Amino acid sequence: MTPVMVVFGLLGVVVILTALGMLLSRNAIYSALFLVLNFATVAVLYIILGAPFISLVQITVYAGSIMVMFLFVIMLLGAERLPGSDRLRRQRWIAAILGLVFVAQVILFIFFRGQLTAPVGTPPATLGSPQAVGTTLFTTYALPFEVTGAILVVATVGAILLTRGAALPYSPIRKEEK
Amino acid sequence: MASQFFPILVILALALFVGFFVVVLGTIFGPRRPTARKSSPYESGMVPYGPGTRRMSVRYYLVGVLFILFDIEVVFVLPWAVVFRELGMPGLVLMIVFLVVLEVAFVYAWKKGALEWE
Amino acid sequence: MTAMDWLVILPVLVLSGWALTVLLVDLWIPAKYKFITPLLTVLGLVVTLGLSLSKFGNPQSAFNGMVVVDGFAIFLDFIFLVSGLGAVALAYRYLRRMGIERCEYYSLLMFSISGMMLMTYANDLIMVFLALELLSIPLYVLAGFVRMEVRSEEAALKYFLLGAFSSGFVLYGIGLIFGATSHTELPAVAAAVGKSSANLPMFIVGAALLLVGFGFKQAAVPFHMWSPDVYQGAPSSVTAFMSIGAKAAGFAALMRVFVAAFPSLSADMSWVLWALSALTMIAGNVIAIAQTNIKRLLAYSSIAQTGYLLMAFVPYGNNQVLGDTVAAMLFYLLAYMLTTLGAWAVIIAVEKNGGEGLELKDYAGLGRRHPLLGAAMTIFMVSLIGVPPTLGFWGKFYLFRTALEGGFVWLALIGLLTSLVSAYYYLRVVVIMYMQAGEPETADDLWLRLVALTCAAAVVLLAFMPGSVLSLAVRAVLQIL
Repeated sequence: MTPVMVVFGLLGVVVILTALGMLLSRNAIYSALFLVLNFATVAVLYIILGAPFISLVQITVYAGSIMVMFLFVIMLLGAERLPGSDRLRRQRWIAAILGLVFVAQVILFIFFRGQLTAPVGTPPATLGSPQAVGTTLFTTYALPFEVTGAILVVATVGAILLTRGAALPYSPIRKEEK
Repeated sequence: MASQFFPILVILALALFVGFFVVVLGTIFGPRRPTARKSSPYESGMVPYGPGTRRMSVRYYLVGVLFILFDIEVVFVLPWAVVFRELGMPGLVLMIVFLVVLEVAFVYAWKKGALEWE
Repeated sequence: MTAMDWLVILPVLVLSGWALTVLLVDLWIPAKYKFITPLLTVLGLVVTLGLSLSKFGNPQSAFNGMVVVDGFAIFLDFIFLVSGLGAVALAYRYLRRMGIERCEYYSLLMFSISGMMLMTYANDLIMVFLALELLSIPLYVLAGFVRMEVRSEEAALKYFLLGAFSSGFVLYGIGLIFGATSHTELPAVAAAVGKSSANLPMFIVGAALLLVGFGFKQAAVPFHMWSPDVYQGAPSSVTAFMSIGAKAAGFAALMRVFVAAFPSLSADMSWVLWALSALTMIAGNVIAIAQTNIKRLLAYSSIAQTGYLLMAFVPYGNNQVLGDTVAAMLFYLLAYMLTTLGAWAVIIAVEKNGGEGLELKDYAGLGRRHPLLGAAMTIFMVSLIGVPPTLGFWGKFYLFRTALEGGFVWLALIGLLTSLVSAYYYLRVVVIMYMQAGEPETADDLWLRLVALTCAAAVVLLAFMPGSVLSLAVRAVLQIL
């Protein structure tokens, strides 16, 4: 039990508690703030696991821009407070049963792991460093990297096209059907 | 590996400590004489009315989306920057192509007026 | 990575680069000269088609085997590029007629085709995922770029959310497969599983998740829920393209991943695919009977076609029939592409703004009023049932034959019976066109007529030389790297 493992365990508890807080909070803003804390804690877990680059991405993209996005959406919808009554009460049972099935699967999975005949291989310690990521990304994965650029362009065009510009006078649905 | 990040942990702890310390100092030593008017939410001297939250314009949303997209661009530039000497010419060309492709998106956004508020 | 690697994938580089250029150039084209954008698009698609076909018979791989440009890929690229050309021709006057002309349509179309082409080249799970995203995101936008009708927007949102969800399935599956085998290159994944140096339960879960994701793209039952609403809500020219391109790309991914990487799973997966195929054929054809809206009718029809196409994958672990089944699938996709493109051309000709002209009863009298369009639509309906002398007949014939060769008699029987069921709703369209009285107006659009008549001619004429078309498909399959 090294000190790092103790820290890892404690942070793991924080991750679970913040995730629960996010789910159970009746105020969407609180949920978002719990999520920020969750993301930040997971980023620290990544560092402990030896993946500082992923940790950095976690902070900049998730805790940074995606959370900004979430807050905008919450404010856009004016959905800070969830309604008290729960219209999905009936689905809760289904969710609980499916969750139990999932847990059962995980337990079975752990038993099945005995079938593993050979270790899948241990990654080198520097695998997650920005240098290693950079070297792999710009040599082996040069093509996926450029494709990502194209995807980002399409996403930008789509975002602008769908939010800007006048409404268009086309309807594929007949009036009386509505 | 993780021990490299120990200084950052120290700074984090320090920042937390300073934050708490200032608040605690204020609570202990500051005078407190609340009145009804003082306790009401501060709204630039106006008398507050209506709910504190209201719907925001969808334009914030577009700004947020564009922010994410260009943020992801930065995520790709960082690992390139730390090894770009080793990568040499091919790496430079790859990054220039990537940036030019994304600049097309930028020019499109600009020309379509997505960066203006109206 | 050298310059040679980039030359191997030149067609897709040209197309995506051209999509960027058109996107940029269009910003400075004044409203009066907007016809330039579709012209430029056609130019780009034709050049790409030429570049792509010039690589036929010369299979190459690049980026250390991350992509392979082989006969299989080029055959499918032909289908994507031709349906792209069709989508431009269908849209050119249609978008203006409906008042929804937005020139991003054309560059998004080209981006989507680039993604589909990359999907056919992909020999690495990371490429599969990125290609899937590059082909899907433009389609989400195209499905919803008409911002007016609430139900239309609902369809687009539904497509986007479920699509993102299915992408999540694919990504999770890739993650598990990587975790189980520590590889993402398809041949290396297969090798790792073959040497049993992989975590098998994890691998199977990953493969199943991939199947869910691809099934969504193909609109296989039970992952088809989105497709009728999206097909109805999207502008018709987008629907036409989506029903061909996205489906064929889903099959390209299934073929690459399952045949290349999961041959050892065939004993388990074969029955899953069997059930998917049977379920899709039955549900698609049966629900289609109840439809009165032509767009929804074709949506369920295209779900049913997915079932027939899935039939080709059921015996995929059996190497003796594998070549034949894949060739039969390619043949069927070609027939499906020509038939669907033509049918949508007729639908767009009859469609009017405000959702008028989309009910089956709006087709009453079409056969007499517009003999050529009526005859073309009859040919397409007959081809979709699979009756000679049409290409659709040979497509089903080859598929059923390979299913029998693989020893799946019941599946072939289900296919045959559901085809009989489908005759009811396809022939109903023909009956309404010829037997019921009506004076339907059609759009005065040269391009639609051109597409409809070309496709009808191709569907009939190619049916007289199915052997040479099939031998092309077989040649394409033999070149698989």
